[in-house]
Amino acid sequence: MIRIENLSKSFTLHNQGGAVIPVMAGAALSVGPGECVGLTGQSGAGKSTLMRMVYGNYLAAGGRLMVGDLDVATAEPRQIIALRRQTLGYVSQFLRVVPRVPTLEVVAEPLLALGTPADQARARAASLLRRLNIPERLWPLSPTTFSGGEQQRVNIARGFAHAYPALLLDEPTASLDAANREVVLSLIEEAKARGAAILGIFHDEAARARVCDRLVDVTGFTPKAAA
Amino acid sequence: MTLMERMTMTDQPLLRVEGLTKRYGQRIGCADVSFDLYPGEVLGIVGESGSGKSTLLSCLAGHQRPDLGRIAYDGRDVLEMSETERRRLSRTDWAYVHQNPRDGLRMGVSAGGNVGERLMAVGARHYGEIRGKAADWLGRVEIAADRIDDRPSAFSGGMQQRLQIARNLVTGPRLVFMDEPTGGLDVSVQARLLDLLRGLVRDLGLSVIIVTHDLAVVRLLAHRLMVMKSGRVVEQGLTDQVLDDPQHAYTQLLVSSVLQV
Repeated sequence: MIRIENLSKSFTLHNQGGAVIPVMAGAALSVGPGECVGLTGQSGAGKSTLMRMVYGNYLAAGGRLMVGDLDVATAEPRQIIALRRQTLGYVSQFLRVVPRVPTLEVVAEPLLALGTPADQARARAASLLRRLNIPERLWPLSPTTFSGGEQQRVNIARGFAHAYPALLLDEPTASLDAANREVVLSLIEEAKARGAAILGIFHDEAARARVCDRLVDVTGFTPKAAA
Repeated sequence: MTLMERMTMTDQPLLRVEGLTKRYGQRIGCADVSFDLYPGEVLGIVGESGSGKSTLLSCLAGHQRPDLGRIAYDGRDVLEMSETERRRLSRTDWAYVHQNPRDGLRMGVSAGGNVGERLMAVGARHYGEIRGKAADWLGRVEIAADRIDDRPSAFSGGMQQRLQIARNLVTGPRLVFMDEPTGGLDVSVQARLLDLLRGLVRDLGLSVIIVTHDLAVVRLLAHRLMVMKSGRVVEQGLTDQVLDDPQHAYTQLLVSSVLQV
C-alpha cells in the first residue's frame, strides 16, 4: 500500500546564505495492507520528516513515494488532496482546528468531507469519543481549551473516524494514561485487522512491540557527509 | 447535481487562467499568472501589500480588464464574452465578497432586502418566497430572525460580513471571490467566520479564490496556495506544504516572519 524507493530530501535555506542541508538519501521501505511498520532512530534522525513526506507535507527531492497507485513525490496538489480525503489518514502530535468548532464536529469532519450523511458521521464521532473517554459534556466545546491528553485523544478520534486504507501515526500513545493507551492500541489493531497499512513512530517500546510487525531504522537513510 | 458528483467530477477545471497580465503604465500589476481551479477547491493567494494579489483578483472577477492572457470559466472564454453575458455570470454563477462589507452591501436597505435583492436580480418575483429564502440564509450565517428588517448599519462588523456572505451565496454561485474577508475583524469574530466559511464550502461544494495576507487564515481555509511577489507568482502548491516546506526565498521569509502565538 505504501512503497518508498530511493527517496531523498534536502532543505535550502535561502535566507541563510542559500545553505543546502541534505537530510535524507536512499530511503526505501514498504508497508502492505494489514501491516504496521514502526520507524526508529534517534531524535532528529528523520522519522517525522519521512512521515511528512509520505503525507505530501514536505516535498521530496527525488525518488518514488507510492501510496496506493499515486506517486506523492510527483503528484499534483489536488491529487494529494483527494488522497488525503479518501485514502491516507494522519494522526499528528498536534491538533490544528478552527477555534470555536465543537469537538464532535472536529471528529466528524473527515466523514462529512467524504459526503457521509451528518447523522451517521456524528454517530461515528460520538462512539469514538466515548471509547476514548472524552466526557460527553465536552463534546459541544472546542478542543482548543482541552488538556494535552484530551487534545491528543480528540486528534486520534478524528484520525480513526474514516476507515482509511493507509494511516500515519506520530506518537499516538504519547501523553496518554494506561486505560486510554489501551484503547488506542486496540484501535490500531482493529485498523490492521480491516486491512489498513500503518506507518508509525512509537517511542513507547511496549506499544511498538505489540502493534508493529516490522521496524525500520531511519538512521540508514541519513545522507553520508560529503568528503 | 449532488455535492458528491460535484466533488468527483473534477476532470474539468471550473476556472482556467493562462498568462494573465495587467500593467498600470510601466508598472506591473500582475504578470504571467496561470492556474487551474477545480470544483470544490479553495485557492489562497498570499503576498504583501502591492504584490499584485488584489489586481489579480479584480481581473479574475471582471472588475478590471487584463492586458494579456486568457480566462476560461466552465469552458467559456470570459474575456471574449459580451458585457451582458459577463454581468449575468457575476450575478448568478459568481460571487464577490469584499473586505469591507460596506462595499458589498446596500447600507440603506434592510438585511432581508440585501439578500432578497440578489434573488430579484436573477428573476425571483414572489415576495413570500424571497423573504422565506432570505430568512433561511440569515439563519445559515447565524443572524437572528428578528434582525431581518434591521439595516446593516445597525450591525457589528462581523455581522455585516456574514450578511454580505448571505447576500452573495443566496443565488447558489459556484465560484466565490473573497478579498481579505476576515480583515479588520476581531480574532474571535474571525474564528466564527472561518468556521462558517468552511462549512459552506464543504456543504455547497463551492470553488473559492481567497486573497489575504493572513497565513493562519489560508492554512485553515485553502486547499492550495499561491504566493505572489512584485506581481508574479513565486510559488504555488498544497497549502500546508508551501507553509511548512517553502521552496522560494520570499516564501521562506514570509513564513518565518509570522509571530508565534
